[in-house]
Amino acid sequence: MTAGPIAPGRGAARRRALVERTALLGPGLLYLLAFMAIPIALILVYTIFTRGRFGGVVFTPTLDNFTRALDPIYTAVLGSSLAIAGITTTIALLLGYPTAYAIAMLPKRWRTVALILVVLPFWTNFLIRTYAWIVLLNSEGVVNQALVGAGLIDRPLELLYTRGAVVAGLVYAYLPLMILPVYASIERLDPQLREAAANLGAGRARTFFDVTLPLTLPGVITGALFVFVPSLGNFIVPELLGGGKTVMVGNVIRDQFLKARDWPFGAVLALAVIVFLVVLFVLQSWASRRVSTGGRDA
Amino acid sequence: MTTSPTAPAGATGTLAHPLVRIEGVSRRFGDVVALDEVSLEIAENEFFALLGPSGCGKTTLLRVLAGFEQPDSGRVLLGEDDLLGSPPNRRPVNLMFQSYALFPHMSVERNIAYGLEREGRPKAEIRHRVDEVLVTVGLSGLAKRRPSQLSGGQCQRVALARAIVKRPRLLLLDEPLSALDRKVRAEMQLELKRLQHEVGITFVVVTHDQEEAMSMADRIAVMADGRVQQIAAPIDLYQRPVNFFVADFIGTSNVFTGVAAEGGLRVGDRVLPGRAVNGPVTGPARLVVRPEDTTLVEESQSLVSGRVLETQFYGGVSTVAIVVEGLSEPLLHTRPGVPEAHRDAIVHLAWDPDKAVLLEGTS
Repeated sequence: MTAGPIAPGRGAARRRALVERTALLGPGLLYLLAFMAIPIALILVYTIFTRGRFGGVVFTPTLDNFTRALDPIYTAVLGSSLAIAGITTTIALLLGYPTAYAIAMLPKRWRTVALILVVLPFWTNFLIRTYAWIVLLNSEGVVNQALVGAGLIDRPLELLYTRGAVVAGLVYAYLPLMILPVYASIERLDPQLREAAANLGAGRARTFFDVTLPLTLPGVITGALFVFVPSLGNFIVPELLGGGKTVMVGNVIRDQFLKARDWPFGAVLALAVIVFLVVLFVLQSWASRRVSTGGRDA
Repeated sequence: MTTSPTAPAGATGTLAHPLVRIEGVSRRFGDVVALDEVSLEIAENEFFALLGPSGCGKTTLLRVLAGFEQPDSGRVLLGEDDLLGSPPNRRPVNLMFQSYALFPHMSVERNIAYGLEREGRPKAEIRHRVDEVLVTVGLSGLAKRRPSQLSGGQCQRVALARAIVKRPRLLLLDEPLSALDRKVRAEMQLELKRLQHEVGITFVVVTHDQEEAMSMADRIAVMADGRVQQIAAPIDLYQRPVNFFVADFIGTSNVFTGVAAEGGLRVGDRVLPGRAVNGPVTGPARLVVRPEDTTLVEESQSLVSGRVLETQFYGGVSTVAIVVEGLSEPLLHTRPGVPEAHRDAIVHLAWDPDKAVLLEGTS
């Protein structure tokens, strides 16, 4: 807020406006302070101290936690987590964009129905839905039985407890978060722009790549972030569907806090993930601003 | 007013060598009949207007020509080719959209070049033609700008440039001037007219604004309820409307209702003079008199008398509204210069019987 000379008569009105704004923002700010700012501050503080014997921290400053995080064991986990989140995001985009496009092309009243169907899984507990994938993928599971029954394979495939299973579970969990923002951007796109492209001689594929895709890129970027971020930090899906063989950074962080009782080291790993995501958010907002204003042709 | 050489005055829609032939085109949307057996012909190099109130089917017809809408029945020929057989991106027809539909992520020159790139033209030719058309529409300095950095009038010029740079056989314009403010609109009307002569392309403009159609078009098709009411040059449309809808929609009219009689319209015990322009009229009828065709006269020559309700002075012309007993709407009388009557005065009106049009009462 800029401080400037306030006319005497208007001071009261301004003060009232300020009070009103604070009253409206207050609860939200308090919540963020309590559950976001303070925990992050704690994590920051933990990183430079020594672990306590039974968890917690001893306030002896050290940088060992950071050097330990550079150990190949942990960088490899971070790398494979990034890869899994990246693959998940790519698959979610490839599945989600056509779905969102198809929904946006439906007659208006069917769009709402389709969108409800997309978010319907969210009404069920996430754990239960992930357990359902075990039923689908295990060696006596529905998928294997169907494949054996159809005579396509002789012996059940190793589907569960693989990286593929983790990716499948993550895609399944976060696909709606890709579909919704992409749908919103396609739906907002003036249909006349597509007609204009056709009128100027562009076929359907050409129109898509020249007009529809570039103009819906902000939605794609948002959707990608919505999928990538929770995928990167997820530890339930790798635990249940990865069977401990596929470890993601989320699992390591949880283990450091709850099993190894090394809070400072867990804090360092958590900080690494946070820093990575902040960089991503900055990139995203820069990219979507660039796309939506179209930048400048100089 | 100029009439296209290939379009004889008073033509109804059949031409010797039409560029576009629309034959019995119909289109329904559920229960709504958007186009009902529409047939009309458009001449080469003609400036043709489709005029009507919203929902009359004019935009649907335009979309049929552009290929965004397939009619349920009927034929559309461009020259000798069946237009309905080819998809929108293969038609030698370009459309200037009402919203302009400029690509927001492309610069002005990329927008204009887009259609030529799709034709696979060499780069040098594209650059040359884009530069040329930018000069034509007067936007040379703005080639690198984005549509969001342009004013409404400038966007309209880009949209026009993008459509004409492909040198289509037929250029469609959907309410081209509706988004512009009054002053820019008047400028652009002249500009469009000039451009059409310059580039020699057949223009079909859709509009609900009768002034716009009257001032620009060689011929106008007036549409209502999915049907063509009349196709004629602007002057004929104004002076010889075929039915009451056209008379009422084009310009301002004073309307009397009564029964057709010898030499005019019988209202009560009087006969108001007028003539039928489209064959004899019998039974219930209406008489349409344009405000500028009325004159204020002495009581002895009076056809209608009334009390002045209001006078308005517009600078060049003035209008007098006169309340006449038995008429629900006040009569309007206009004349050049200042008003010659004042409020609450009793005045007497007369008109040249040749200029009052007698029309069937039920149309």
